Amino acid sequence: MTRIYVPRDSAARSVGADEVARAVENECGVRGINVEIVRNGSRGLLWLEPLVEVETSRGRMGYGPVTPGDVPGLIDGGFLEGAHHELALGVVDDIPWLARQQRVSFARVGIIDPLDLDAYRATGGLRGLQRALQESAEEIVGDVLASGLRGRGGAGFPAGIKWRTVLEAESLDKYICCNADEGDSGTFADRMLMEGDPFTLLEGMAIAGVAVGATRGLIYVRSEYPDAIATLRTAVDIARVDGWLGVDVMGTGRTFDIRVVEGAGSYVCGEETAMLESLEGKRGMVRPKPPIPALKGLFGQPTLVHNVLTLSAVPSIIADGPGDYQALGVDRSRGTQVFQLAGNLARGGIVEIAFGVTLRELIEDFGGGTLSGRPLRAVQVGGPLGAYLPAEALDVSMDYEALADSGGLLGHGGVVAFDDSIDMATQARFAMEFCAVESCGKCTPCRIGSTRGIEVIDKITAGVDRELNLVLLEDLCATMTDGSLCAMGGLTPLPVLSALAHFPEDFHRPPEVTP
Amino acid sequence: MTSHQAWSVEAATVILQAMPAEERLMLPALQRIQAVFGWVPDESVPVIARELNVSRAEVVGVLTYYHDLRQSPPPPVAVQVCVSEACQAVGARPLAASLEAVYGVPLGETRDGVEFAKVYCLGNCALGPAAMVNGRLLGRCDVERVGAAIAQAQSVLA
Repeated sequence: MTRIYVPRDSAARSVGADEVARAVENECGVRGINVEIVRNGSRGLLWLEPLVEVETSRGRMGYGPVTPGDVPGLIDGGFLEGAHHELALGVVDDIPWLARQQRVSFARVGIIDPLDLDAYRATGGLRGLQRALQESAEEIVGDVLASGLRGRGGAGFPAGIKWRTVLEAESLDKYICCNADEGDSGTFADRMLMEGDPFTLLEGMAIAGVAVGATRGLIYVRSEYPDAIATLRTAVDIARVDGWLGVDVMGTGRTFDIRVVEGAGSYVCGEETAMLESLEGKRGMVRPKPPIPALKGLFGQPTLVHNVLTLSAVPSIIADGPGDYQALGVDRSRGTQVFQLAGNLARGGIVEIAFGVTLRELIEDFGGGTLSGRPLRAVQVGGPLGAYLPAEALDVSMDYEALADSGGLLGHGGVVAFDDSIDMATQARFAMEFCAVESCGKCTPCRIGSTRGIEVIDKITAGVDRELNLVLLEDLCATMTDGSLCAMGGLTPLPVLSALAHFPEDFHRPPEVTP
Repeated sequence: MTSHQAWSVEAATVILQAMPAEERLMLPALQRIQAVFGWVPDESVPVIARELNVSRAEVVGVLTYYHDLRQSPPPPVAVQVCVSEACQAVGARPLAASLEAVYGVPLGETRDGVEFAKVYCLGNCALGPAAMVNGRLLGRCDVERVGAAIAQAQSVLA
């Protein structure tokens, strides 16, 4: 029986994957052809979605983007045997865009049915947890430390040091909290991993629990991701039935269970301490640090907080040893980063590759330049709190330190491209607007500074005491940077000041031509 | 939208008492109330406060903090339009303006049973502009595509 893959990822569904799957089923049914339709995750070549794959003796042949109307013609043309067609992409694994990547965390995403535990095992799943259960806590933590893995949420803190801190903290109650409140615009890797390979995340959390002595894990998922929440909850149930989550993990007598918690539409809850407050059911207000969550986190107990991508890198590090992972990357940025190409790019999607790739390679080689075909003007790296880099700055190496040196930040690995129709004063204003909407309100620089920022930028673009207000804006940004409690207020000045530094002309137009 | 139950203190109390111990917290309680009744009526505040042994002020604090929690009944059709950077880069601003013009309502308001709200990122950043209509994610949106999804949502309700 021919096996056909049609993604169930919500991005693929947003452009008609469900309709395509139905069309394939109906059309094959009418013709009496027996096929098995597998709803896999997305391969991450999002501009080709819905990307349909057919299993053949030569490998999985891809076709895309497919519309329901294309299906009869595809079948007529012999796509069930992998025949050529104007939508044919050849063997998907050989597409240069994919072949050039170094997928570790995303190794399985798009390959298997995300909730097929047998397929997960057959592709190397659960080897990491099995090994962890045979090792001492010190050995596991040592492996994580040796891998050079750093926090993928944005801060880039060495994961192993965090693990050791939680391991050494004395308490009967410890927690593993996965931050899946992926609110940054331009980022979607957490979502695609949770929808496309949830077992990897659960396994990573279970290994963390075994290592640091935690018995409970929580995943805080933003409410904007209903499909990810549903997939994770089903995956947790499957893992419990299979016996690798719950009171007796793989028959070792150890306990580790996971609960999936839904957020409620607050961006700042992606900040780790605000997330902990929200997990406790309270307003998502930022806590001052210290104490650090590793010592006093959820309900005051030692808590290991990590982003989805950090935890998802763990199973392969433990299964294969830290050497392979550590061998990838540059300087102090080891391993791979899952970059997310978004915005005005011809070929957007997931690019997992070793640190040290340049922004130009991502934008031009992978991204294929702008979708609109107009000249590229700016790239925002690292989400809404990341810097706007000009088109001339694309040769920067994509690693934590090099980006920081160039005045930016890697954040969660989002790369958003803009063509020359963008007005950077408008973007700077938006950064302040977003901060005003999403500020938790606990500290004054963020709560009030963001609103004052909007007003000052409005005066600048309106031509009111322009030079004085530009000084005021820089002063305000300095106050927000130095005086805010967390990254929300502390980094909002980054997009504002980078827009001002690289695109000053947009702040100096005659008021009547300002958009 | 899924159908919701009519508000009653008794129903709310039953729902709250049935919550598992580890979820007996303010936010999950409010989310549970909203899931059942469609929104969080003011009358639910003292019920939650009593069941969780917290003050009403604390419950109101949480209720008013989160964007998702509704203090008025939900509209039949809820449209969320992404207004974040990745979608701005591919025309989210003109899309929002066209929707406002066609439906004669600014983002953030409801007209003829259709609510238009801003949302900051739906995680569909490579296929923007993105929107969500009654929980259904849409990519590569224009006014026609969003309009068709609205019409479909209305026909399901009719």
